[in-house]
Amino acid sequence: MKNLERRRVLRAMALAGTVAATGLLAGMTGAAMAQDRTSVKIGYAISKTGGNAGGAGITTLPNYKLWVKDVNDAGGLELPDGKKLPIEVIEYDDRSSAEEVVRAVERLATQDKVDFILVPWGTGFNLAVAPLFDRHGYPQLAVSAVTDKAPDFVKRWKKSFWMLGGGHDYANALASILADAKKAGTVNGKVAMISVADGFGIDLVTAARPAFKKAGIEVVYDKTYPGATSDFSPMINEAKSSGADAFVAFSYPPETFALTQQAQVAGFSPKILYLGVGTGFPVYGKNNGENATGIMSLGGIDPNNKMNAEYRKRHEAVTGVAPDYWGSVITYASLQMLQEAIKRKGLDKAAVSAELASGAFQTVLGETKFENNQLRQLWWTGQWQNGQFVGVMPADRNGASKVILPRGDWKKK
Amino acid sequence: MLVAALLSGLVLGGTYALVAMGLTLQYGIARIMNLAYGEMIISAAFLAYVMFSTLGLNPVAGLLIAVPAGFALGYVIYGAMMTPLVARARDKASLEIDSILATFGLLFVFQGVMLVTFGANFTSYSYLNDPVTIFGTTLAANRVLALILAVVFGGGLYLLLTRTLWGTALRAVAVNPGAAPLVGIDVNRAARLAFALGSGLAAAGGVVISMYQTFTATSGVVFTMKALIVVIMGGVGNLIGALSAGLILGLVETFVATYVDPGLTLAATYAIFLSVLLWRPAGLFGRLMR
Amino acid sequence: MSRALLSVFVFALVVAVLAYVPFIAGSYGITLGIGMLGYVTLATAWALFSGPTRYVSLATVAFFGIGAYTVAVFSENMAYPLLLAVAGAIGLAVALVVGLATLRLAGVYFVIFTFGLAELIRQLVTWYEVNVTGTLGRYIFLPVTPEGIYWQLLALATTAFLISWGIGRSRIGLALKVIGDDEVVASHCGIDIARVKLALFAVSAVLITLVGAIQAPRWTYVEPTIAFNPTVSFLTLIMALLGGANRLTGPLLGAVPLFMLFEWLSANFPNHYSIILGLVFIAIVFVLPRGVLAFVEENWRRWRKSGVKNLPAVAE
Repeated sequence: MKNLERRRVLRAMALAGTVAATGLLAGMTGAAMAQDRTSVKIGYAISKTGGNAGGAGITTLPNYKLWVKDVNDAGGLELPDGKKLPIEVIEYDDRSSAEEVVRAVERLATQDKVDFILVPWGTGFNLAVAPLFDRHGYPQLAVSAVTDKAPDFVKRWKKSFWMLGGGHDYANALASILADAKKAGTVNGKVAMISVADGFGIDLVTAARPAFKKAGIEVVYDKTYPGATSDFSPMINEAKSSGADAFVAFSYPPETFALTQQAQVAGFSPKILYLGVGTGFPVYGKNNGENATGIMSLGGIDPNNKMNAEYRKRHEAVTGVAPDYWGSVITYASLQMLQEAIKRKGLDKAAVSAELASGAFQTVLGETKFENNQLRQLWWTGQWQNGQFVGVMPADRNGASKVILPRGDWKKK
Repeated sequence: MLVAALLSGLVLGGTYALVAMGLTLQYGIARIMNLAYGEMIISAAFLAYVMFSTLGLNPVAGLLIAVPAGFALGYVIYGAMMTPLVARARDKASLEIDSILATFGLLFVFQGVMLVTFGANFTSYSYLNDPVTIFGTTLAANRVLALILAVVFGGGLYLLLTRTLWGTALRAVAVNPGAAPLVGIDVNRAARLAFALGSGLAAAGGVVISMYQTFTATSGVVFTMKALIVVIMGGVGNLIGALSAGLILGLVETFVATYVDPGLTLAATYAIFLSVLLWRPAGLFGRLMR
Repeated sequence: MSRALLSVFVFALVVAVLAYVPFIAGSYGITLGIGMLGYVTLATAWALFSGPTRYVSLATVAFFGIGAYTVAVFSENMAYPLLLAVAGAIGLAVALVVGLATLRLAGVYFVIFTFGLAELIRQLVTWYEVNVTGTLGRYIFLPVTPEGIYWQLLALATTAFLISWGIGRSRIGLALKVIGDDEVVASHCGIDIARVKLALFAVSAVLITLVGAIQAPRWTYVEPTIAFNPTVSFLTLIMALLGGANRLTGPLLGAVPLFMLFEWLSANFPNHYSIILGLVFIAIVFVLPRGVLAFVEENWRRWRKSGVKNLPAVAE
């Protein structure tokens, strides 16, 4: 009997403890600092562990580090009165979980009361935190989020900026390359297409189907595979025997690497080879050398842009890894835009957001500005040429390289 | 087409089998449900990568370093972490829960160390990525090598377990750890050896996988789960079971990708796995203990 | 009798206080509360089935994901309460089918089976979305405030707790204890093992499904990788085991401190989070072998023996 009572008391104590813990944390919220500021607090939650860590670790995190170092080395963030304040960073690991990223951003906004919040990696996570950024008035410069719905989101969340375009942009650019190649007689107009069963792959493939149809391209093989597939030989064999001489894969990095290797093994060398995320990683060029030449993907750079070249060199020197050829430079440019907007308007979030929406900024991309809160000066298609991944579409954009087709056969090592 | 699918399936299954054999030893004989198994695989993959890219050591030679290193690591981990757990465990179930919790912790430690050391980047290198033609089907040399290694390791271990006294002792522990001491077997030592052997196999698997697959510091859990599925499907502690279950899964994946829809490969894997369990609750080659 | 009344009173008071929290806590406090209540409910629901039967289930995220995904799919064309009811019903249906098929498995086979089940459901949802509807991500724009989510979760947590309490005191609870100790004995005692287990599995699954359904609107965007994140299963398992799955308050005492620990670690050591977390885990296994509650009780006993006079008034 005694024992039972003791348990009951324990239970009561346990519950009381829970309440106390919750109350305590709530109480902590009050403490705020009102003294002269000595720094600008910038916070972010990013996937350091879990499934998204690979992507975040190449496109997003190194650029945050590089930017903070660049700014602090130069004396800090400049404010309108010419005063410079160093950046104080608060970073959290969202562990690749949607619930965590929401909580971490909430914490940054209400607990740490940071001045600005940088975005997490991935389309889903940027959407998950968008209502929070909006509610707390922070501008959201969403870089690694590919979505066709950006115009709707901009209406819903006025301070959100979408910087990587949507599936239609990339699909249309690819369709026009294919159509031109068909017209020129380079290819037969048949394409085999596979895509990863994930937000990115599906977005692109659903945009690509009508775009190809409109361009008169016949899709002879069209399959979706689950993420983390490692063996592509069945799909490559099917594509090879399908009669297509163009192969398109809307894939993620591990699959992009695997596809490249396995296509070589299978002796499958289509005249047009278009692969997904990962093609623009520096390690891709390094591992595939000559064989990368002619392979196309999303993104690209203008090889003659001096500032970009200089940025790439600095990125490698500071972070130890080279930036990728798609999202990296956009990430860095987004930070430069924020920096410049703060210089013009100070730390007032609303004013900075308004300045971001309307102003023009000098970044590593050249002159950069938003159209309806979206960055549209992007490279929709890029191609490996002479050891660099250069932008080829839109063809009429300044600095565009010419598409070289067909790509050559695989070289024997 | 049929021959191509069959061969690709076998080659893919070879990897699964190789990866799963170590786990079946650890769980079947040492009774440790090692959730950090995949992290051990990835550690070996990173080791192979470092040796290949800095020392120019080819991965097959790297096996000579990685496998003993894995064995030693397993030996140390069992001695330091598992012995106390085994000593205090009242029954099989409580050891199972304790080992799940402890190795879950170990998983994070391994992963954290790799993240700090190598970052979260996708890592890969290219080795023996050459076509080999067998029966008119072109296959990647590194994957064929994986199959060969799986068969060699599996066959070697099978002989070791069935033909030597030492192996017989290990099997006795697997069948009945309570009765093994009665015939003069040091159960703790046998379990330790089995665990170390399993870690050595994990290292072998990691080196082989690194030859053709892209990996990150956080991708270990995928391998743990695939390995677990193969182990459970084949029957815990049964090497031949792991080998055949691995090959079956490889074949199923390839056939579904070729003849049905690549989108359903994983769904098919789990469906096969679930139906095997429903049909034979202790796995293909397992015996129900209760 | 008064003791029983006291614990009922304390319980009601605690719930009332927790319900009042959103009025005083900032929005981070509410967020924290949501996370905590979510895991408390998950762990309690998990332990409801797995504690007494000793069936370690990794299917938590299967049901959690079903809940989240149902809300995402029907959020545009259904009233919110109906949405929750539909989610619960789907969870129940899946639980019954799965339960009927699997509960004859034992030990680790059941563990891996449930894990496989979660993955299978994720793959099938993905395949269906890709091939039939042609979209993958789904948006949830529901007018649910964080406070609303908090209160719903609190209500759900209270329900889970009461169910768990009720079962512990009923005939079924007794039957379950026998099953957990020895199934053969249980069947000889005339207990319909399969029915009891199935009923419990279903109740636990519905609770878990509802947690997913209630939390989903916070994410705005749902895709299978987000909804069916296997970490949820693992964390639930660890929390319940840590607290002690066989006791009523065990899951609670596992979920709250672990949740706080995760939060504190990811805030203070973002770069070494994994390593520290892993070491803490290993330490827990060695220091608190039978869960937090057992540890507290043992020390309580020791402490009580040495200093009876210092006891607070409530205890006597």
